[in-house]
Amino acid sequence: MRLWKPLAGIAIVAAAAEIVPRAGLVDARFLPPFTTMVRALGRQVVEGDFWLALGQTLGGWALGLAIAMIAGVLAGVLIGSVPFLRAVTASTIEFLRPIPSVALIPLVVLIYGSRIQSALVLVVYAAFWQVLVQVLYGVADVDPVVRDTARSFRFSRWGIVRTVVWPTALPYVMTGFRLAAAVALILEITAELIVGVPGLGRAIGVAQSSGAVPDTYALVLVVGLIGVVVNVGARAVERRTLRWHTSIRSEA
Amino acid sequence: MRRVLLAVALPAVLIAVWWVVSALAGSFFWPPLSTVLAVFPETWNADRIVGDVLPSLARLAIGYLIALVGGVVLGVAIGSFRTLRAMAEPVLEFFRALPPPVLIPVIALFAGYTGWTSKIVTIALGCLWPILLNTVDGVRSVDEVLRDTARSYRLGPVDRFLHVVLRGASPRIVTGARQALSIGVILMVISELFGANRGLGATIVQFQRGFEVPEMWTGIILLGLLGVVLSVLFRLVENWTLAWYHGQRQAERKG
Repeated sequence: MRLWKPLAGIAIVAAAAEIVPRAGLVDARFLPPFTTMVRALGRQVVEGDFWLALGQTLGGWALGLAIAMIAGVLAGVLIGSVPFLRAVTASTIEFLRPIPSVALIPLVVLIYGSRIQSALVLVVYAAFWQVLVQVLYGVADVDPVVRDTARSFRFSRWGIVRTVVWPTALPYVMTGFRLAAAVALILEITAELIVGVPGLGRAIGVAQSSGAVPDTYALVLVVGLIGVVVNVGARAVERRTLRWHTSIRSEA
Repeated sequence: MRRVLLAVALPAVLIAVWWVVSALAGSFFWPPLSTVLAVFPETWNADRIVGDVLPSLARLAIGYLIALVGGVVLGVAIGSFRTLRAMAEPVLEFFRALPPPVLIPVIALFAGYTGWTSKIVTIALGCLWPILLNTVDGVRSVDEVLRDTARSYRLGPVDRFLHVVLRGASPRIVTGARQALSIGVILMVISELFGANRGLGATIVQFQRGFEVPEMWTGIILLGLLGVVLSVLFRLVENWTLAWYHGQRQAERKG
């Protein structure tokens, strides 16, 4: 059995989170026993508010990620395929990319307040660069001989993009997707927690400031699990889309 | 010459467009760039730099260094033992997937959220996971033959650790450190948005709450510049520590 070790690891941490507060090593007001967190979670999941917040978080995340993916892929393929554009934009991209997206928080608060657009702007901005940079790497990786061959065979511009550039760039696009999915979730939760955009992040802030400690932990657990599902899901999508690619085939 | 021109052309055009459009628009949210630049020196005067910017950077540096040392030490320990690694993996995956800002309410439960400690803890905990997980991967991928060779040559444990394990894992450690740096900057800013505080992030939000829009823009620009400077510094350090690795890769590609 390969599963027992990971399960044992989870069990040990859960047991520690149960025993440490019960034994009084940490004040139970700050770290409630694990079973208390789970019970709080059980109370939450039967309430409509919880599912509403969950839906808002996932909806905002998915929409922002989708916009960033489409914009990033389109811009990346366009810029990457035209040498002049690549040369002109390189410095600008290098400059804009490291700008922390949280720098935009005051601006979006001023313009949108705590409406969902605030979260959307932050998510799209942060995720876009991850996608764009990976797509640029991918397009730059195209074998010049293959491209020239396609051109000799009179492939149209669109034909070259579809049959030569896209398959080469796809592994990079998938890497960008995986990175962007994680970053988008971070920014979505941040916007909810800091700006007050409705969703699980705001629910955590409300629970904490109203002193509902077990509920705070229960929601943090949920957010962490969403993060795990997002990571695992993105990896599964990557695997499935790249079934034909040697990097995946050689693993099997 | 041509390269310099290409590098400068688009930024110059963008700044010019920003300058002209913001001057013409007369929008409350987008004040003229000339106004923003004019208030920049008085907004970020010596008092603010000493009282807000430097403490923020100091917290970032301390938290980041704690995460770096802790992540590498724990990562080497976990990566070196197969059973420990298998057991720790799901728990580590959970903490990596947890968006770091949710740490703030949890830390606030323990220590309140006013002093330096809670902010440094936030930054350190957020930066820890990418470094830790990448170190584990890096240690795991160290060449077995290399490891056995070092043992056959009777390298002591300290030498083996420094020259085989740590060296071999260093490209991955650097990758983790880069991810951690951008998380650190994010946490530096938002850790200051909780409670009444001083600091770079707190100051910018005060401008926003006071509707001092040009001052707020100077803060956004300052944060952007900070992100750029940190990424340049990081690349310098990376090129210096990983010179052997980049050289090796280049040689392999040619061969």
